[in-house]
Amino acid sequence: MNSFLNTNAELILTVVKIVMLLFIVLTVNAYLTWFERKVVAHMQSRWGPHRVGPHGLLQPLADGVKFLFKEDPTPAGVDKFVYYLAPLLSLALALTSLALIPFGPEPLPWKFFGHDIYLGIAPPDVNIGILALFAITAMGVYGVALAGWSSNSKYPLLGGLRSSAQMISYELALTMSVVGVLLMAGSFNLKKIIEAQAHHPEWGILGWNVWPQLLGFFCFFVAAVAETNRVPFDLPEAESELVAGFHTEYASFKFAMFFIAEYTSMITVSCLCSIMFFGGWLSPFPASWTFTHYLPSAILLPFGLWVIWDGIRYETIFGRILLPGVGTAIAGIGAALILLPGVNLFIQGPFWLLSKILVFLFVYVWMRGTLPRFRYDQLMAFGWKLLLPLSIVNVVVTSFVILAKMTWWGAK
Amino acid sequence: MTAPLVVFFVLAALAVIGAVSLILQKHPIHSALSLIVVMIALAGLYLLLGAEFVAAVQIIVYGGAIMVLFVFVIMLLNAGIEEHTSISKLAGPPGLLLVVALAGLVAATIVRSTDSIQSTMQTGEMSSTLGISNMIFKDFVYPFELTSFLILVAILGATVLAQREKS
Repeated sequence: MNSFLNTNAELILTVVKIVMLLFIVLTVNAYLTWFERKVVAHMQSRWGPHRVGPHGLLQPLADGVKFLFKEDPTPAGVDKFVYYLAPLLSLALALTSLALIPFGPEPLPWKFFGHDIYLGIAPPDVNIGILALFAITAMGVYGVALAGWSSNSKYPLLGGLRSSAQMISYELALTMSVVGVLLMAGSFNLKKIIEAQAHHPEWGILGWNVWPQLLGFFCFFVAAVAETNRVPFDLPEAESELVAGFHTEYASFKFAMFFIAEYTSMITVSCLCSIMFFGGWLSPFPASWTFTHYLPSAILLPFGLWVIWDGIRYETIFGRILLPGVGTAIAGIGAALILLPGVNLFIQGPFWLLSKILVFLFVYVWMRGTLPRFRYDQLMAFGWKLLLPLSIVNVVVTSFVILAKMTWWGAK
Repeated sequence: MTAPLVVFFVLAALAVIGAVSLILQKHPIHSALSLIVVMIALAGLYLLLGAEFVAAVQIIVYGGAIMVLFVFVIMLLNAGIEEHTSISKLAGPPGLLLVVALAGLVAATIVRSTDSIQSTMQTGEMSSTLGISNMIFKDFVYPFELTSFLILVAILGATVLAQREKS
């Protein structure tokens, strides 16, 4: 048994990590729907979900159960194989792309049979990190296009066609817009891209790629939103014109798979934005400000106490039990981080990365609550006539600046 | 068998099955899907050889961009199931002869040059991004730029043809 563990340690470690990441991502996805509904509701002066559980916190669970137990009809005349393949492909590709994201700089302090335990499934030395991610997202079009085609129905077909055209158009701008970042880092490796932003530890937030690459970030974020088919680029599923677009004919869990895929790609895009333009796991403060290491506790502890205070006064008895319990747990984690400085130091990287991801997810929801949908010709004109030229200009300017630095100032 | 060898045989089998299925499928979309399987299996084989960059580009360009356009056009034209004609008697014997000749050529190449194949596998210079960019933008920069010029001409030609049809 021991020798088996020794020889296959890396394999076992990877499988365990995959299972854990799947569990975490699916839970986060579920609560992302809750978050989105709540935020959009408050932007529109509504309450959002608040019946199932305190503050509607059990709503995702109820939705999940509903997805599982609804009838799952297969429409007549569909191409069976492709019809079943499409949601599977969407979900599998969306989840696979998360495997390449590094979530923290250092491996865990203990080892698993001589192997470092890094946060993230892929080892941190994947040299083609960002290219591999683009390869996976490039395949993501098929899920949507094939779903639209195989449904044997007019609205899904139109939705599928629209989405293929949209994704092809915006993929060019998406890829071109990161070239500036790659030039500055000199590598495809996501870890090296983050480390390149920490050349001046005292600069903090000023060292991030977003300042020299503001244009690149604009192009990347817009193109990425279009790639994930979110508002204001959600033409493939424009409900007023196409019912629900490519997934009109999908019900029950097959629909849920498209849904989960969309939210997972939102998370991936948020990860990529934070890693490439906002310093990934780097803190926005100068490295010498060590007191900022207590920021996770300074956020978690008051938040936990507020949840307890809010929970005691809640209307239902269930809420009065659940909310203080959750609050105690959050406050407890915050207090434990103060008492365990080693753990606190380790948690800094993941804390900042997750905070940045959360900010981007909020921006996604914010846009949904704010912006109207593009018209189709506007969408195409925007992608081809504005975004693509802008990202090419960004590449040219960045390479000239880097060349000038190398020749005149001799900087590396 | 070592793990890379197992992966190689799985990918190779996938590529061959995909290629055969590409020809045998009746519906154009199924054929296109089979071709995508071939492309991805090839990318996996490149990865196995240590050519990470080529593998990623293979998926992005062939698996992603080009095949999406194939699928897009098939969907747009709403092409149905193909009509199959029986093989013409004239094409049969020469075709068979050609297959035998080609198979013989491939077999001969493999038998004669085992050493050179192995040595190419071991030198990873061509596979790295740096090596490829050095070759494209230093050693072969003029042929490379000429090729891009050729592609530009083709794009312009396609645009002109499309415009003419409109008016």
